[in-house]
Amino acid sequence: MWIIKNRKIFYTFSSILVAVVIGLLFTWGIRFGIDFTGGSLLELEFDGKVPTHDELYSDLESYDFLAGYSLRSSGETGEILRTKEITDEQKNTIISGLQESYSVTESRFSSIGPTLGDELKTKAILAVVLALFFIVMFIAFAFRHVSKPVSSWSYGGITVVAFLHDLIIPLGAFSIMGHFVGLEVDSLFITALLVILGYSINDTIVVFDRIRENLSGVSEELKDKKFESVVGKSVNETISRSINTSLTTLIALTALYVYGGSVTQAFALALIVGVLAGTYSSIFLASPLLVSLNNMSKK
Amino acid sequence: MKIRLTSIIILIALALGGWFVYNTQKEGSNYQFKYGLDLQGGTHLMYRADISDVVDGDINGALNSLKETIERRVNIFGVSEPLVQTEVGGRLSEDKYRLIVELPGVTDTSEAIRLIGQTPLLEFRLLDSGKALKISQEQIEDGTLNIDVNELYVPTGLTGGLLERAQLQFVPPTNEPVVSLKFNSEGKDLFSELTKNNIGEVLAIFLDGEPVSAPVINSHIANGQAQISGAFTTEEARLLVRDLNFGALPVPIELIETQTVGPTLGQETLYKGAMALMIGFIAITIFLVIWYRLLGLIAGLSLIGYVIIMLMLFKLIPVTLTSSGVAGLILSLGMTVDANVLIFERMREELKGGASPYNAIQTGVKRAWSSIRDGNLSSLISAVILYWFAGAAIVKGFALVFAIGIAVSMFTAIFVTKIFAMAVSPDTKDRFKWLFNMGISNKKK
Repeated sequence: MWIIKNRKIFYTFSSILVAVVIGLLFTWGIRFGIDFTGGSLLELEFDGKVPTHDELYSDLESYDFLAGYSLRSSGETGEILRTKEITDEQKNTIISGLQESYSVTESRFSSIGPTLGDELKTKAILAVVLALFFIVMFIAFAFRHVSKPVSSWSYGGITVVAFLHDLIIPLGAFSIMGHFVGLEVDSLFITALLVILGYSINDTIVVFDRIRENLSGVSEELKDKKFESVVGKSVNETISRSINTSLTTLIALTALYVYGGSVTQAFALALIVGVLAGTYSSIFLASPLLVSLNNMSKK
Repeated sequence: MKIRLTSIIILIALALGGWFVYNTQKEGSNYQFKYGLDLQGGTHLMYRADISDVVDGDINGALNSLKETIERRVNIFGVSEPLVQTEVGGRLSEDKYRLIVELPGVTDTSEAIRLIGQTPLLEFRLLDSGKALKISQEQIEDGTLNIDVNELYVPTGLTGGLLERAQLQFVPPTNEPVVSLKFNSEGKDLFSELTKNNIGEVLAIFLDGEPVSAPVINSHIANGQAQISGAFTTEEARLLVRDLNFGALPVPIELIETQTVGPTLGQETLYKGAMALMIGFIAITIFLVIWYRLLGLIAGLSLIGYVIIMLMLFKLIPVTLTSSGVAGLILSLGMTVDANVLIFERMREELKGGASPYNAIQTGVKRAWSSIRDGNLSSLISAVILYWFAGAAIVKGFALVFAIGIAVSMFTAIFVTKIFAMAVSPDTKDRFKWLFNMGISNKKK
């Protein structure tokens, strides 16, 4: 099977990709939304003339309480103002000020204190770690009868490697989008990560399940020898399913991204990148890694 | 034939379900969709409850009475379904105890904040004895003693704002509980003047417009100290002291989060979500039909079944729909197909091996089951953990829909798809075989 044979190419490709993303995370970093940092977010809806960002910046200059704010377009007629925490009165001042020059209404206002953000961070990390823990336990359990030639823990471990790969790539996408268009990571992004976790693992499980099934037809002595070809056969048998499932999921997500509201747009984007990465890793990383692991243990 | 009968019954059941979903959207139905604030517009406020002054052990009591007080105030808004709840945050958090207020339809946040955070109005009012006497005499003659007490009192300008502090005391020898008041300097002067000029009159104490006590002025009080005595139980006296000191909220609160969604954005988000759902559904079905032909059509049908069951559950449970919940539904649409795809791919192998379509479906479902089960269980684990840990309502809304979706999708794939597919499958190998081929190429084998 060509995928297993050429596995070094895919390892290299993924390693470079992951290295680039880690580099991006250290240089550009990630823009955290107000759920994480605290602050205020005001979404404005313009009717008629939509001012440019430069025009808005000069309009907003006079407000002293607006320190270090940023603007981002939302759709064709919306603008999102993000700033340090402001009060409701301050927000009203801004709106009535803008209403002198434009026909504008407030469509969304959120203000979050900084301590809530810290709690969210802790919770997010805890949730990801816990989900990982339980899923690895579950996989090790589900594959407990498959101990030859690689242990059931290896299946669990490789699933985690594949997942980390799938998690880091959306982070990279958000780092790039954050740098160029000011896209922010919010609590829905964390949700997206956990969904990617489920999806990535689901995808990997389907291939592993096939390996489990195909291995059961091989006699004990031959398992080790035939492992590579069994894995290759299993990947081959599941590849069209993997691609079709990710296609239907991507169709749904693209519909959500294009037609859905502004609140869930970043969420859809994170998932699109994550599903692509997840499909790739289940085919080109997870199963070849099983073979490599088996070869390594032989030496 | 039995299978065909079952599939017709399922079709009828789904049609009834669809009719239920449609019909219960009418005005006045108890089963209309419940929309979260982000879809119908409204205000979400989160307060930090400062419990540092609460004596240990009574935190729950304090939070409960906080909730009750705020509920009373929120009811003034006349909002259809306001939500007031207390929440205990993470162990590490400084804002451990919180109060969440959700006001659907209210977009005037400033007014909402003002009303919720207001301190109670403590007022001292003088009884207009002449008027009182006149009214009561008239009514005694009429035989209708029906006095609106509030009309009989005249505001004096002395309010809770001029209070320095209130204290609970017990007066010997009976140890009767009394509330002692200490005014600030401005209050002291006003109180002194009032008591000097109105000896023998009734100076009543009003809280939020309701009289709580109506003591008689016995002597001139110049030191700015007063006592409210009367038919208090110790508990009542304690509550009054608390109300007076803390502005009638059992614990002080501080606003830490506000979210306001305008009504148009909410409707737009809902409309866009429905749009994305439709378009996603149509595109997925087209893809399935191109790739899996007749079986693709059946998967599309079972996808309709999935959406109908989900919408029914949203109404029956009921699930409050939020923008993230709608996103979860759309996402699950794509993932639901996964179980179908797994079954179809297995079928294809069986068909290649020479099985009839009918048998291929049965074996296909059987052999795909272990991956469907394991894969969905791992998704379910992440959904449950999400729901458990989610602080934000937006995450909870997603996790709930996602978890329900996983369960329902397993059901529709295993039962609905399987039974429909079996109902249309011939038991022989060669008839209509092209309908069951897969992929875009139509190679004859």
